[in-house]
Amino acid sequence: MTRMTRRHFLRDVGLTGAAATIPWLPAWAQPVSAGIVAPLPTVSGPDIALRVAHRMMMIDGKPSHAIGINGTTPAPLIRLRQGQTARLSVTNDLDEETSIHWHGLLVPFQMDGVPGISFPGIAARSTFTYEFPVIQAGTYWYHSHSGLQEQMGHYGPIVIDPAGVDPIASDREHVIVLSDHSPMHPHRIFQKLKQQGGYFNYQKQTLAGLVSGKDQPLGDRLMWGGMRMDPTDVSDVTGSTYTYLVNGHGPGDNWTALFQPSERVRLRIVNASAMTTFNVRIPGLKLTIVQADGLNVRPVAVDEFQIAVAETYDVIVEPDARAYSLIAEAWDRSGMARATLAPSAGMVAPVPALRKRPLATMKDMGMGGMGDMSGMGHDMPATSAPCPPEHAAMGHCKPAAASGDMLGMSHDGATMSHSMRDFANAPELPRTPTVQTVSPMPMDRTGEPPQGLADIGQEAGYKVLVYRDLVALDRNPDLRAPSRQMRIHLTGNMERYMWAFDGVKLNEVKAPIPFRQGERVRVTLVNDTMMAHPIHLHGHFFELVTGHGDHAPRKHTINVAPGGTATFDLTADAVGDWAFHCHMLYHMHAGMMQVVTVRPAGETGAEA
Amino acid sequence: MIRAAWALTAMMTAGTVFVADPAAAQMHGMHMPGMAMPATPAAKKPAAKTPVRPRSHAIRKASRARSAAAAATKRASSPEQPAMQESHAAMPGMAMPGMAMPAMAPSMTMPSAAACPPEHAAMGHCTPSQAPGPDAATPVGTDQPAGNAPPPAPPTTLAAARFYDPATMAAANRAMRDEHGGMRFSQILFNLAEVQARNGRDGYRWDGEGWFGGDIHRLVVKSEGEGDFGRSIESAEMQALYAKAIDPYWNLQAGVRQDLGSGAKRTYAVVGVEGLAPYWFDVEGSVFLSNRGDVLARAEAWYDQRITQHLVLQPRVELNLAAQDVPASRIGAGLSSTELGLRLRYEVAREFAPYVGLSYMHANTATARYSRARRERSVDADTGGLAVAVGIRGWF
Repeated sequence: MTRMTRRHFLRDVGLTGAAATIPWLPAWAQPVSAGIVAPLPTVSGPDIALRVAHRMMMIDGKPSHAIGINGTTPAPLIRLRQGQTARLSVTNDLDEETSIHWHGLLVPFQMDGVPGISFPGIAARSTFTYEFPVIQAGTYWYHSHSGLQEQMGHYGPIVIDPAGVDPIASDREHVIVLSDHSPMHPHRIFQKLKQQGGYFNYQKQTLAGLVSGKDQPLGDRLMWGGMRMDPTDVSDVTGSTYTYLVNGHGPGDNWTALFQPSERVRLRIVNASAMTTFNVRIPGLKLTIVQADGLNVRPVAVDEFQIAVAETYDVIVEPDARAYSLIAEAWDRSGMARATLAPSAGMVAPVPALRKRPLATMKDMGMGGMGDMSGMGHDMPATSAPCPPEHAAMGHCKPAAASGDMLGMSHDGATMSHSMRDFANAPELPRTPTVQTVSPMPMDRTGEPPQGLADIGQEAGYKVLVYRDLVALDRNPDLRAPSRQMRIHLTGNMERYMWAFDGVKLNEVKAPIPFRQGERVRVTLVNDTMMAHPIHLHGHFFELVTGHGDHAPRKHTINVAPGGTATFDLTADAVGDWAFHCHMLYHMHAGMMQVVTVRPAGETGAEA
Repeated sequence: MIRAAWALTAMMTAGTVFVADPAAAQMHGMHMPGMAMPATPAAKKPAAKTPVRPRSHAIRKASRARSAAAAATKRASSPEQPAMQESHAAMPGMAMPGMAMPAMAPSMTMPSAAACPPEHAAMGHCTPSQAPGPDAATPVGTDQPAGNAPPPAPPTTLAAARFYDPATMAAANRAMRDEHGGMRFSQILFNLAEVQARNGRDGYRWDGEGWFGGDIHRLVVKSEGEGDFGRSIESAEMQALYAKAIDPYWNLQAGVRQDLGSGAKRTYAVVGVEGLAPYWFDVEGSVFLSNRGDVLARAEAWYDQRITQHLVLQPRVELNLAAQDVPASRIGAGLSSTELGLRLRYEVAREFAPYVGLSYMHANTATARYSRARRERSVDADTGGLAVAVGIRGWF
C-alpha cells in the first residue's frame, strides 16, 4: 500500500468497505468498518424483565469484559409511554449486589434504586421488581448505583413518548448513547487515581513542549507550579485507557444511523460515561437543540455543544443526501467517539483529527475577574465591581483591598498560593486536607462556553451552546420565589484524589441535607476545584437561575464549571431520601455525594 | 532535646535552601499574563457606607452596554466604583466578548437578571423588578430574589425504613456511606532501586516506601540502604510510621526506625514530614532519636522534570545530619553525608520506569574516618564519589 494521508486512507478504505486494523494509529483514527447499523434492542410494555450479567463485548474488533443487561451493552432501550405504569423486574446474575437507578425519572423514592438510600439493593442472584407510574416524557437513561458497575457497561437509555402530541416533530429518531469503556477494572482505575492523581494524563506539559514553544510560557508554568496546579488536568481518566463508544461501538466499528434525505432526524443523545464529558458536533450540520435532560426547550441552533456526564440532549438535524460524521470528542481531546449518519449503510464521511487539548485558565481556578478577560461573563460588573462587605463575606466578590492583596501576589508566588486556599472566601468550609483550594472569586459561568470550547467558536458564525441559551418550552410549574437559599461548595484534592461537598466526604457526613416538603429553595453550587463537576439531584428537576424567569430550563444534572458557580431553584416536592452527587463516577466514589431528604413538616428535626 | 532542635533547624534550613532556591530565583522574572491589573486603583480601600441605590443604578447601566461604562463611572457616587471601572478600562487588551451578551439579546428580561443576581437582590443591593424592559415589569419565577428563611433541622430517620426492613436498610446505609470516601488503599514505590558503578567497588542502592490506609490515616513503611557487591550490606534501615494528612499536601509521620546494616543495630524514634512542596518538589524530612540518645536527621527532596510524556529527569538530594559523632554507626557530627543524584527514566508504564543516572556521594571528614577505620579500604569509596547508576523506578 502506498503512503497516503490518513484522510484519504479513511475515505478509500471506507469506500471499499475494508476494515483492517492499523496498530500504530489510535482507535479514533483507525480505518473504519462499513458501519454497524443495528440500533439498540428495545424493550417496552407494562412488564419488562431485565437480567444483569457479565458478558464479553467486542469493541473495534477486540473482546472486552463488560456488564450487560439482557445480553447487550449498553443495556436495551426501555421505551415507555407517559401515563403508563412501569413494572420492571431486575434479575441480578452477578455475584455481587446490583441496582438500577432511573436517571431523571420522577419516581417514588423507594423505587429510585440507590442502595442504602432508596432501598437495600438487589442481592446477588435475586430479583427485585420496580413499579412506578410514568408521569413524564422525554429522553432519560438508567444505570447501576452499586459500586463501580456503571463503568463496566451497566447503563442504557430510556425514551418516554408523550401521552399527547409530541411538540417536537421529526420523521425519524435515533438514540445515541455515548460512553467510555476501559479494559482496566474500575477498581484498579480508582486505585491508580488514589496512588497518582495524574496517572491517566498523557497530555501534560513537558520540557520538550516548552522548548518548542507549545502550551504555557515559562512564567505561567512557574506560577502554576508554585500553586501545585496542573493546567492540563482536565479529565481524570482519559483516552489513554478509555475507548469512547457510541451505542457500545468503538470509533472503528463506526455505528451508523440511517436516514432518508429531507427527513427531520431526531437524535436522542445520552452521555452515559463514567468520567467523560463530550463535545458533540456533526461537521456540515446545524444541531437544533430541542430538549435538555428530558424536558423540551425552545429550539436553539448550534454547531457544537458540550454534554456533561449524565446529561441528555435531543437534537434535530436535517441532513442532505450524503454521509456525516457524528463526532463526540472527549473534552480533554484524548480521544473521540464517532458514528456516521448516512442515507445508506456503508457510507462514511471524513473524520476530523482531534483538536488541540485545552489548558485550564486562571478563571478555572476561581479567579473570576482576574484571569484572561476573554469570555468574561456579563454579570461580572455586578458581582465584582462594587463589593460591599456582605458580599465579600459570602465569597461573592473580593473588596478592593483584597484585590490589592492579589495584585501584590502577582509578584510573589508564596502569597499567591496562599490565596488559593484562603478560608476567608468560604468560612463555612473545614480546614482539612479535603479542601485543596477555595475559589477566591467564583463567578456564575453559565453564560460562557464550556471548558475547552471558549476559543473554538471564534470563527464567525460558529455557535457553541451555553447553559444560558436553554429556555424551557413550557412555563415552569412552580413560580414562587424561593423562601430560602443555600450554598454548597464542591471541594476536592487532586493530589490525594479526594472529592466532597462542603469539604466533607460522604463517609464522614453525619446528617442529610434537609428540605421541608413543598418549600422552594435557591441553591448555589460553588466550585472550589479546578475541574468541572456534573452535579445530579435524584427525584427532582430544578430550574436553572439563568435569567429566564418563568421559563427557566429544568434539569436533573448541571455541570458546574471549574472555579465557577451555578444556581438553581428547587421545589422540594418529592418526599423521601434522595442521592445528590457528582456524576463523575470516581468523584462520587471518592466521597462527592450526600443525601438530600425531603420531609413533611413535623418529620424533620426539632426546629422544623 | 536542644541537640534535637538544633538538628531539626539545620535540616530545615538546608532543605529550604535546596528546595526553594531555584524557585525563588525564577520567581523574580516571573510574568503573569492576565494578572497585569494596575495596582493603584484596585488597591484603594472599599467605601463601606455608600448608599446602595445609586450604585446599583450604575451597575445596571454598566452591564447593559459596555460603551456606557464611562458614563456610569461619572454617575457613580461610590468611590470604589470609579476605581473598578478604571482598572477595567486600563486592562490592556481587554475585550470582554461575553459583555456583548450575544446569547441574551432575544430576551428583554435578561439584562435585569444579569445585573442583579438573585443573591444580591435578596440582600437589597439591587432591585431586579425595576430593570427597564417592556415585558419585565415584575420579576417572575427564577428572576425573583430568594428569601432568608432558616433551614429545617435534619431528620434522624431513614425514609426507606418505612418500606424495607429497618435493620437491613440501616446496614445498607452504613455500607453505602463507607463506600463513598471511606475506602483504604495501598501503594509500594521504589524511587531508587539501582546498581551503582563506582571508582572502586561496584555497589547497589535502594530507597522506597509503602503505605496502607485511607485518605488521612496511613501506615507507612520505608526502607533505604546501600552496599557493595561481595560484602555484607553496608547500611540498611527500615522505618514503620503512622502518617496523618495534616494539610492538602503534607503528612506528619511518627514511628520507629531500625538499622540493619553492618553498623550498630540501633533503634530510633522518628518524627518527620513528607509532602509536596510548591513547584512540585517531593520533600521528606525526619529527625531520629536513637536508643542511645543520639540525634540524627535527614532531608530528602526530588523533582520530576517531564521531558516528554514518557521521559522524566529526576534531580534528587539527600542530606544526612548528626548532632554528634556516632562511631558505631560510622557517622560524623554535622552534615555527615550528602547525596546528589540525577536520573533519567523512561516510563514504559507509569509503574515501570528503567533509568540511568549519576549519583554523587560525599561524606564529611569524620564520617569518612570512621568508615575507613572500620573497613580499611580505599579513601575514594568511603568518602563517596561519583557513581553511574542503572536501575528501575517502580510502584504498584
